[in-house]
Amino acid sequence: MTTLTDPPKASFRLSQLIYDTRYRSITIQVIAMILVVLGLYWLVNNTIQNLSALGKDFNFGFLTQPAGYDINQRLVEYTSQSTHMRAAIVGILNTLLVAFLGCVLATVIGVFVGVLRLSKNWVVSRLMAVYVEGFRNVPLLLWIIAIFAIMTESMPQPRDFKVGGDASMLLGDSVAVTNRGVYVPGIVFENGFLGSPLMNWLLIGVVLIACVFAIRLVRGRADAVQESTGVRPTTWYQQLALLIVPTGVLLFLMGAHLQIPYIKGFNFTDGIHLRNSLIALWIALSLYTGAFIAEIVRSGILAISKGQSEAAAALGLRPSRTMNLVILPQAMRVIIPPLISQYLNLTKNSSLAIAVGYMDVRATLGGITINQTGRELEGILLMAAFYLVLSLTISGVMNVYNNRTQLQER
Amino acid sequence: MKNSVLLGAMTVAGLAAGAAAAGTLDDVKARGTLNCGVTTGLVGFAAPDANGVWEGFDVGVCRAVAAAVLGDPNAVEFVPTTGQTRFTALASGEIDFLARNTTWTFSRDVDLKFEFTGVNYYDGQGFMVPRDLGVSSAKDLDGATVCIQTGTTTELNLADFFRSNNISYEPVPIETNAEAQQQYLAGACDVYTTDASGLAATRATFEAPGDHVLLPEIISKEPLGPLVRHGDNEWADVTRWTLNALITAEELGVTSANIAELSAGTDNPEINRLLGTEGELGAMLGLEADWAKNAIMAGGNYGELFEKNIGENTPIGLARGLNAMWTEGGLIYSPPFR
Repeated sequence: MTTLTDPPKASFRLSQLIYDTRYRSITIQVIAMILVVLGLYWLVNNTIQNLSALGKDFNFGFLTQPAGYDINQRLVEYTSQSTHMRAAIVGILNTLLVAFLGCVLATVIGVFVGVLRLSKNWVVSRLMAVYVEGFRNVPLLLWIIAIFAIMTESMPQPRDFKVGGDASMLLGDSVAVTNRGVYVPGIVFENGFLGSPLMNWLLIGVVLIACVFAIRLVRGRADAVQESTGVRPTTWYQQLALLIVPTGVLLFLMGAHLQIPYIKGFNFTDGIHLRNSLIALWIALSLYTGAFIAEIVRSGILAISKGQSEAAAALGLRPSRTMNLVILPQAMRVIIPPLISQYLNLTKNSSLAIAVGYMDVRATLGGITINQTGRELEGILLMAAFYLVLSLTISGVMNVYNNRTQLQER
Repeated sequence: MKNSVLLGAMTVAGLAAGAAAAGTLDDVKARGTLNCGVTTGLVGFAAPDANGVWEGFDVGVCRAVAAAVLGDPNAVEFVPTTGQTRFTALASGEIDFLARNTTWTFSRDVDLKFEFTGVNYYDGQGFMVPRDLGVSSAKDLDGATVCIQTGTTTELNLADFFRSNNISYEPVPIETNAEAQQQYLAGACDVYTTDASGLAATRATFEAPGDHVLLPEIISKEPLGPLVRHGDNEWADVTRWTLNALITAEELGVTSANIAELSAGTDNPEINRLLGTEGELGAMLGLEADWAKNAIMAGGNYGELFEKNIGENTPIGLARGLNAMWTEGGLIYSPPFR
């Protein structure tokens, strides 16, 4: 006798959503998703309701209105009649400037200190340890304010530089350190090709980059010649000429010359004015972040096995060449990922500019503009978007670099 | 991950949700204290004394409102605000009332959605320079470095003044009066500019006030007054009429000295209405009948507040000038209590 048993029917019961492992994870995800959407809805709805309760709308029209206020440090043309948009751009450029200067100086300090901290010289390594611990463990804001206070309180006023005053300029009367900042000679163009000084500088930058590429080409050819014949052609004069001549000719054609600052009326005129706010922010950011980078560099170097330096020594490389040619290139792989986040930190920390009145994007768009127009929500959103884009760009660029230096595993 | 997104979203929402629209008066009564926004410290207008008790001309207005609403001039939570944070603090509901030398302007009243409830000091923007700089007019300031509080009307006036006179300057943006004072005294700026009353108050705290001069130019109108959020008319009425009560009290000769005597009843019906012995003015505002009496007793009438905090017998030494009663040639004037 045969019994025909139907295969069990695939019946679906609601409880399976919780007790059946096949469905449970989907259930949880759906619920979480619904909660997130509800949360977002509540957030947006709440904002709209509160805006209407306050009688405010949400638009960015204020960006085209005249700003009405002045900004002391401007890298592009700006007057009080310019728009809020323009003021925001001036602020953005100031943020970029201090972030760039800070990243460069912090890297230099960090690499230097990180290497020196591993020095066999007891005094040097202890000194570097003191620096690292001192800066790493005191809040950045205190360093910014301290440096600013030192600059404003202990440096002479510009009028002390006048005839009969007791202060004098440094470096052959070309640099003045005052309590309003440092005045250094600037390069001006008598007859620039392009309208603004900034564009002229960009032009020079482009030419310089082109020259560097040309030099690499020359080197590449020399390498090829050396490969095939064994004799490396002398190229140093070609390289030197490529570096100097095009830029020199361009500068000459533009009528570039040095402009020495001199005291006139209340302040120094001509030259470049590095304001106290910029200097305090720049130095403090660099020293603070430099301490972290030093630790990253030290950890990177320590991560390279001792055998590498022993092998280099066995080949007869001097310690400095060992560091530059063997250790650091390998250490870079360990160093770069945490270095990226230090750059991001530095960039975002530059918004502490508020403490010393540096006119960064937080001070213009996120400060005065918001205050004069009452557009808090729009202003903060724009500012957040800017910092987001900037941070993503920095980490994107650094990730490209990281991929190139990474160990190629096959 | 999902959780942290949700929590983050809720935090942002919480920040945005601060503004509660209706019924500031009820909120204050329920809370039992008035949250009053003042400066971070400007002697004479609002500054903590040696014991940490806030005092000054603007503080007096806060205390009068607290006394009128709650019957206790000390039921005030003072919230120090900077030029940049004050409006956000008010709009978000962190404070109920802002008395911080704030200039009444069109855009603040209309566009920023605030309600100015009167003028307690008629001011104008001035310049202060060290005497040995040898400057006698603001028009000689070409190329000068100017300390300026950001987020203020003075910042805009300054830009206009220098632009219209076709002279240049270098602005040094600062957050608070104390910071400005330090920068100015260190010589990091040649000039400090703000409302003339603020300059006088700041100069009074210097070690050698005589070494600094106020330039003759007054470059703007700065009617300073208290303000509240737009759209809450009951609360605006309470604060407006509290200030008016202080002004009317001076006009009618009601002082903190004679108020106890006068509140027993007088022959002057307006004094009776003001002090609540006649009519229902208090109830109309949703307050006790003796609200104005409490407000006046908190620190005296308008004139008393002025003399005690910033008048000619104080180190700040401001003359009444425009801020004299209308009966004495000034601009201080209150609509009638009727």
